[in-house]
Amino acid sequence: MQGSISLSFSTPAISRSDPARFLVAGVGVTPEGVSFSRLQGQALRFCVRKFAGVGRSPHLVSSRKLCKKTLAAVTDNGSTGKGFDYDLVIIGAGVGGHGAALHAVEKGLKTAIIEGDVIGGTCVNRGCVPSKALLAVSGRMHELQSEDHLKSMGLQVLNHSYDRQGVADHANNLASKIRSNLTNSLKALGVDILTGVGTIVGTQKVKYGKVGTVDKEVTAKDILIATGSVPFVPNGIEVDGKTVFTSDQALKLEWVPEWIAIVGSGYIGLEFSDVYTALGSEVTFVEALDQLMPGFDPEIGKLAQRILINPRKIDFHTGVFAKKITPAREGKPVQIELIDAKTKEPKDMLEVDAALIATGRAPFTKGLGLESVNVTTQRGFVPVDERMQVIDTNGNPVPHLYCIGDANGKMMLAHAASAQGISVIETICGKVHVLNHLSIPAACFTHPEISMVGLTEPQAREKAEKEGFEVFVAKTSFKANTKALAENEGEGLAKLIYRPDNGEILGVHILGLHAADLIHEASNAIAMGTRIQDIKFAVHAHPTLSEVLDELFKAAKVTAGISRSVDEPVAV
Amino acid sequence: MALPFATSSSATAAPGNPLLSFSSSISPSIPALPSRCLLPRRSHSRTATVRAKIREIFMPALSSTMTEGKIVSWIKSEGDRLSKGESVVVVESDKADMDVETFYDGILAAIVVPEGEVAPVGAPIGLLAETEDEVALAKAKAQSPAQSRTAAVSASPPSPVAAAPVASPLTVPAEGSRKLVATPYAKKLAKQHKVDIGSVTGTGPFGRVTPQDVELAAGIQPKKPSPTPVAAPPSVSKGAAVTPVAEKAAAPAALPPIPGSTVVPFTTMQAAVSKNMLESLSVPTFRVGYPVIANALDALYEKVKSKGVTMTVLLAKAAAMALAQHPVVNASCKDGKSFSYNSNINIAVAVAIDGGLITPVLQDADKLDIYLLSQKWKELVSKARSKQLQPKEYNSGTFTLSNLGMFGVDRFDAILPPGQGAIMAVGASKPTVVAGADGFFTVKNKMLVNVTADHRIIYGADLAAFLQTFSKIIENSDNLTL
Repeated sequence: MQGSISLSFSTPAISRSDPARFLVAGVGVTPEGVSFSRLQGQALRFCVRKFAGVGRSPHLVSSRKLCKKTLAAVTDNGSTGKGFDYDLVIIGAGVGGHGAALHAVEKGLKTAIIEGDVIGGTCVNRGCVPSKALLAVSGRMHELQSEDHLKSMGLQVLNHSYDRQGVADHANNLASKIRSNLTNSLKALGVDILTGVGTIVGTQKVKYGKVGTVDKEVTAKDILIATGSVPFVPNGIEVDGKTVFTSDQALKLEWVPEWIAIVGSGYIGLEFSDVYTALGSEVTFVEALDQLMPGFDPEIGKLAQRILINPRKIDFHTGVFAKKITPAREGKPVQIELIDAKTKEPKDMLEVDAALIATGRAPFTKGLGLESVNVTTQRGFVPVDERMQVIDTNGNPVPHLYCIGDANGKMMLAHAASAQGISVIETICGKVHVLNHLSIPAACFTHPEISMVGLTEPQAREKAEKEGFEVFVAKTSFKANTKALAENEGEGLAKLIYRPDNGEILGVHILGLHAADLIHEASNAIAMGTRIQDIKFAVHAHPTLSEVLDELFKAAKVTAGISRSVDEPVAV
Repeated sequence: MALPFATSSSATAAPGNPLLSFSSSISPSIPALPSRCLLPRRSHSRTATVRAKIREIFMPALSSTMTEGKIVSWIKSEGDRLSKGESVVVVESDKADMDVETFYDGILAAIVVPEGEVAPVGAPIGLLAETEDEVALAKAKAQSPAQSRTAAVSASPPSPVAAAPVASPLTVPAEGSRKLVATPYAKKLAKQHKVDIGSVTGTGPFGRVTPQDVELAAGIQPKKPSPTPVAAPPSVSKGAAVTPVAEKAAAPAALPPIPGSTVVPFTTMQAAVSKNMLESLSVPTFRVGYPVIANALDALYEKVKSKGVTMTVLLAKAAAMALAQHPVVNASCKDGKSFSYNSNINIAVAVAIDGGLITPVLQDADKLDIYLLSQKWKELVSKARSKQLQPKEYNSGTFTLSNLGMFGVDRFDAILPPGQGAIMAVGASKPTVVAGADGFFTVKNKMLVNVTADHRIIYGADLAAFLQTFSKIIENSDNLTL
């Protein structure tokens, strides 16, 4: 055993939703430095406090100090006390790896980051960042195009147009700017950037190198995999990068097809439909499930279809697979063979100018050398426990090996990766941390935006059925919000799913102006465990869009008798 | 929240009646509501000639202050089978968007008020048929008001689209069994304007049907199709998609916009007029004028005015009687190769109506007497006003009459509507000094008529002879009462 810090690693996986199990684990193994990421019920917090109070964990308070002390020595002489090159090596410098590196440095860990491509990963270079630049353009274009809307505000725009290259440059410039910001921040903090493809060669050992150079090997006390994902292209689809392409190429906006088919109607597909329709394209969605936008709360999805699909130059085929997609060649358009998702019978044949494959993303974990530590990926994803520690073939946690972000597939969002990274660093430094994924918001940056946190209504109802509680839903419309009306953007809905018996927020879904910015009040409340009966007294500036959530909280009917403040001390 | 839509009798009483505010659907236990709604509609059915099993779907009153509602979207499409309790349409009131659901099983036969349009509370927005058999009937009913809106100046063949392209799939067998390819927006437009997309010839890339093709087929001026500029900056690349059709359309009239001008898009009727007027340019026309002494006509008019006979009817009758003697003027040239002689003499009369123009037709004007014609005319005008003319009542004309005399216009020149051989423009009857054959000057009421005709089939002598006959009939107006 290696002292208090690593002791906590051997603590078996703790299920947050199961306090009883936690108690057993806690008693059996010293729950060194266990700190939960709030939002488990009052009962759980109670347990933790109790342990601390009883004094079973003498190292609890000191563990963080201890961690710092060790590392202070490291930074002094440039190597870890135990003979490792680094305290932490992160494989992959995307948003997840970057977030982890920053937090690691803050915690005093000597950190290196291995990157085989460009700093910033998918998000910065081929994802959220450049797409936001395009969406900023599409938002303005949609506004300029809705003459009625402008007219009702007394505005007259005689002419509007765009320059494709200018739009593409805006996206590209933004990506390079963010990339250099990211690179500089890593350098400024003294994180070593090791260039090359990282491969795990054994416990606490990583090699890296580029093709044609000799691989170098480094040792690290802990290794963090953050290799992310690549666009997933189903079999039968031939991507030529010109007429059939993925988001990687689409973001370069090399041309604007007159008619584009978008395969997949999730976040990526929906955002691109917003961009392409704004730039004058017509769009055809191909969705394998029976509903468009399958990941969204059904009610939000329905309204989104009404606002974002029906009035635009978009049609769709649902319940079909794109069995075969052939790029345009020899004077023929792009051809898409559709088959019924259930019966597999041929259904239709589309002929379009271009096809964007937005069928999701696949983990980028090949060549990571996981076999050297007896880990098998599942459909490419690296199996991890709830603290992001990698699990080997036998179901045991691999010591000193963690995996975050798209590579573990728990929640494929840039900010989720970053949060997981921070959580891992906390754990490494002896303060076991479990991230509550239900408090991680997600957003789709269409116009208007869609955002959500927690459970959808069907998920909440299923959970309620199982656990025997009641679920209530409160809704408010953007039509009732002064600021939204002033902006002439009254379309939209906010929906709160909650437990009336204790005021717990189970999920919040927003479709409307600046929904992506509005969701954080709800996600923070979930993360902090704030109950509706408390948050409803919080004051919102008038008139602001945030009053949509204010209305929502006030509309909720909580039957819990007493309003308790979350931070109130609990008697032992 | 889903609300049951108002059907039949329930909706007519809706405003102000709390039971009918449809909040009752929240407590579905109220037994009165469904049963009440099951009553077949009676009150309106008489005028609309709808049998009991076709139900009108009404704009429901979603709140006590709601006077009209906007159709946000139709969740169901025409032809969809509905079962009780399903959401059918989303309605936006002054307060919120609500799903409206049906109390009946049936088939959504026709959408009367399309998405994005507004209807007053209680107005029919769609038709629900009980069985397949009634769908066609319901459709016909739904179409009558719709078609009168799209009515053209005259009897142009109902849709030039419908006729020609049927053959096209056959004429291009080289393409194999190629199916129709239409872009998403083209499909949307076709649905919106009730254009059969299968009959539209695609001009887009790879022969696909583009939105412009559909607009053309529907007789609408293409709206500016994409966000790209009229005066494009030089940097606009191939990606900035201006569709070629739009470019062509914009090309001839590249005049700079006058600052402060307001652009008001055509109504459907205006668009149809515009389309017909452009079409008329392909016909070689000429004009022949003729002075007619109208004293006898004016005298007759004074006599029969009290019996409800109008000048329009007298002129139509006179023209019809003249046409009977000159069938070629009542003919038309359909293919550029032959005369089409019409067996009936149907006089279309141009009527200005609320920013548009429509031509109700007095059928068999030569055979009916002026009193019957007057009665018919009255009916036609009131139908035109309420936009309820059946297609046959405005597109079956064989000759058109246009009279601006009541405004004091002394003479004018009419455009020949496509599909007809001739049109007569009638000026005011004015007292004029006339030199008689006996050498005496007299003052007579002179009326100038001017006929525009298709010179492919009607020649100068034909028109001259016709006008001579017409003039004689007017001068001996008593014959009109026979």
